[in-house]
Amino acid sequence: MTLLRIEDLSIRFPTRTGDIEAVRDISFSVGRERLAIVGESGSGKSQTGRAILGLTPAFAQVTAKRLEFDGIDLLKATPRLRRDLRGKRIAMILQDPKYSLNPVMRIGRQIVEALRAHENVGTREARERTLDMLAAVQIRDPARVFDLYPHEVSGGMGQRAMIAMMLIAGPELLIADEPTSALDVTVQLDILAILDRLVAERGMGLIFISHDLRLVSSFCDRVIVMYAGRVVEEIAASELSRAKHPYTQGLLNCMPSIDADRHPLPTLERRPEWLL
Amino acid sequence: MTAALDITGLVVSYDGFRALDGVSLTVQPGESFGLVGESGSGKSTVLRAIAGLAPVESGSIAVEGIPIGKRRDKAFYRRVQMVFQDPYGSLHPRQTVDRLLAEPLAIHGFSDAESRILRALDEVGLGSGFRFRYSHQLSGGQRQRVAIARALILEPSILLLDEPTSALDASVQAEVLNLLEKIRRDRKLTYLMVSHDLAVIAHMCGRLMVMRGGQAVESLAAKDLASRRAGDPYTQRLLVASEGFVRNAETAASEA
Repeated sequence: MTLLRIEDLSIRFPTRTGDIEAVRDISFSVGRERLAIVGESGSGKSQTGRAILGLTPAFAQVTAKRLEFDGIDLLKATPRLRRDLRGKRIAMILQDPKYSLNPVMRIGRQIVEALRAHENVGTREARERTLDMLAAVQIRDPARVFDLYPHEVSGGMGQRAMIAMMLIAGPELLIADEPTSALDVTVQLDILAILDRLVAERGMGLIFISHDLRLVSSFCDRVIVMYAGRVVEEIAASELSRAKHPYTQGLLNCMPSIDADRHPLPTLERRPEWLL
Repeated sequence: MTAALDITGLVVSYDGFRALDGVSLTVQPGESFGLVGESGSGKSTVLRAIAGLAPVESGSIAVEGIPIGKRRDKAFYRRVQMVFQDPYGSLHPRQTVDRLLAEPLAIHGFSDAESRILRALDEVGLGSGFRFRYSHQLSGGQRQRVAIARALILEPSILLLDEPTSALDASVQAEVLNLLEKIRRDRKLTYLMVSHDLAVIAHMCGRLMVMRGGQAVESLAAKDLASRRAGDPYTQRLLVASEGFVRNAETAASEA
């Protein structure tokens, strides 16, 4: 079943020196699966995620032949409807918990707030569900973390709290924008394992945005590779080693590895014809 | 041969919290030495203690055979320079690249600033076109190149690299790593490099030390990593982590 259908989505930022086209005519659809969007900074991958959620700045122009979530036309939806969808049915995890959690509010209260914004639940039930959710993201002592401020926990713990907050309303589609880039290698795997389990258990669709092609290939079912606002290749994650586009191959090759002794590392070439 | 860097029993504490607890290491001239560990392992504190940015409680640091005291003189900073992790935070936002590079030269009384700035920019692959730009006009990779140029402009013999590529995209990381390798080869520099990414350290360094909780877990050669000859279980866990995500990593996560 298709959750999200996008056809010819473009995002333009008008500036004094002319329009900047962050995303140009991209099309894809997501079902209850794990889809990765990969690209370098400035490839438009995050803007795509934000447009789905309706977080594009007001001065930008978002156009599309079709931008549908579960049959709802998102471009024609009223702000009120989009607000109801956001958080309740589509949720987003951002890169760095240091900046995305409210620094002056205890973690538990932030999660309770997220829950009560979408569901009419009593104080006690909200607290219980929050503690359950914190336990579900493998926080060992939920009652203690409930009363902590974001600066009192580590990055990995903060990101777990963030995931708990996003999943508590039971969204059908989760957009994760570089959820592990700010974390240590060992913590990264814990967070991915938690995401993986929850997405599978709850049958959510996941859009995983990252610049690390190797990481997503081990995590997702399908990969979309973006370059300069365009999709250059769409490929099954298992087929990635047989990627055709030289940009995709370049992204795979440029990572240092423990086993291969390659000096200097191959760097990405960026050909002007890919911009067209 | 005198070691480029010789650290014995280094202890650093902040208000009673021991960030470093008796760390010793020796780096030979021309060597590239790596420090690996998770956040809070004290790997960056080692670099900061050498540069004089962390309160050393006890232990000794010797650079090229000369012991370093509480206060570091100008000659020390001619020999040792540091590149920081976050290129967005380590460059002055209201200074042009030219001003950024001219400052260390002025402090150390160099007269030929003009030609040195041009040469430094050239060396890091930026070219003179970037000379009068502000850091907000540069990309992350370009900023890190400026930070490297600023460290190199005094012609140091030892470079302290604190996660120089972890704020950068994978593709830009390859370019910066190649640049660092080339500079080390050309100038016969000694590197002490910190990263949480084992693959980056294995690529850049000959020897490395794994750290955890302010202490050294073990020292090994990069070759040992490639053949998975890690003695300590913690190092083995880092090795597994660097392989990427494996479905049913669940068990690995709950053990941690």
